[in-house]
Amino acid sequence: MLTLRFSHTAKNRLSGKKDKAIIGVVASGNLEVLLERVLPGAECEVDIATPVRGYDETWKAVVAEFVERSSPGGLRISINDGGARPDMVYLRLMQGCALMEAE
Amino acid sequence: MEDAATRDQSSWFQATARQRVAGLLDPNSFTEFLGPSERVQSPHLHLFDLPSAFDDGVVIGRGKLVGAAVLVAAQEGQFMGGTFGEVSGAKIVGLLRAARDHKDLPQTVLLLLDSGGVRLQEANAGELAVAELMRAIVQARSAGVAVIALVGGKSGAFGGAGLTAATCSRIAISEQGRIGVSGPEVIETNKGVEEFDSKNKALVWSTDGGKNRRLIGGADAFTEDSMEGFRAAAEALLARVPNFDLKTMQAEQERLAARHNRLGACDDAVSMWRLLGIKDPEAVRDMDSKDFTALANSIKEANHDAR
Repeated sequence: MLTLRFSHTAKNRLSGKKDKAIIGVVASGNLEVLLERVLPGAECEVDIATPVRGYDETWKAVVAEFVERSSPGGLRISINDGGARPDMVYLRLMQGCALMEAE
Repeated sequence: MEDAATRDQSSWFQATARQRVAGLLDPNSFTEFLGPSERVQSPHLHLFDLPSAFDDGVVIGRGKLVGAAVLVAAQEGQFMGGTFGEVSGAKIVGLLRAARDHKDLPQTVLLLLDSGGVRLQEANAGELAVAELMRAIVQARSAGVAVIALVGGKSGAFGGAGLTAATCSRIAISEQGRIGVSGPEVIETNKGVEEFDSKNKALVWSTDGGKNRRLIGGADAFTEDSMEGFRAAAEALLARVPNFDLKTMQAEQERLAARHNRLGACDDAVSMWRLLGIKDPEAVRDMDSKDFTALANSIKEANHDAR
């Protein structure tokens, strides 16, 4: 299992009051994303566990793009990957943020 | 965004375990036990370089079904085929033991089965989990707990999940749902394609699928594939839960012996349906839910006080 950690400082703290949310399932081509509002300020950490090796730079780019667009400050995001493609990863991250922002 | 009406009509078959729990129970009534943040996950899968799930593929908790307090366990059929591992099995066993021992907890357990059986990577622990689960169901039923199985997921209820379903107080199934012990691929691998062609979907579903299970008494309610359908089926079954006593066990034994005598020589589902007195058994496969439910309710084998 390959584990990756990316630490970012987002532009803002993510809005909304939900303290945690989960989206997706660990299945072929899919992934689960657990979001927890536990970090101070605009910090954001993304922890990834994936059985697929060799895509570190792709993960790095997808996470950086997501942090830039969504500004998920305050979130610790944990991912169990089932071999998802970058578009699926990005979609789940965005869905997760939408759940955290929902009333 | 989804609203309540879309949610009620949405497919149970296509949904995840979490979507099913949300669609089955009253809105915002669910409280999860050992949720994903607790990270109670498999200690074995990483040894095989396989990804874990934060909830090990089982969602457990309490909520309300049409106002009535219930405990619920839902298997995620998309994660490792919904299999029973050490942790995923223990979560369901723990829920049933809690219901057995604590009368202040809801005395109804809904099992949303969606599983191919034991997780082979955790074989011994998974086998033990299934044995413990069947024992826990029997003990809970003896203590007056109603255990209702809901079967309509992609992985069906095979292997240990099929055995588990058979120990429940009542079973609801959809057309897409399947119950069995050896799954179609297992039978084909061991006995040959002439015995059972697992790629023949019509054959597989007419044998293991919801309609056949309902007609031969292997399930007590048939529902269309929707959240609202399973919600209504579970509510209706709760009104007719058999006592778990010697009388019920004897009735179950007699029911199964009579079924074996009557249908045991059949080599496919259609010939069983014909023997059950259905005039046009070939038409059963294409019947809609309403017509099929009426048919099933008129068949003696499908309606019994046993289980």
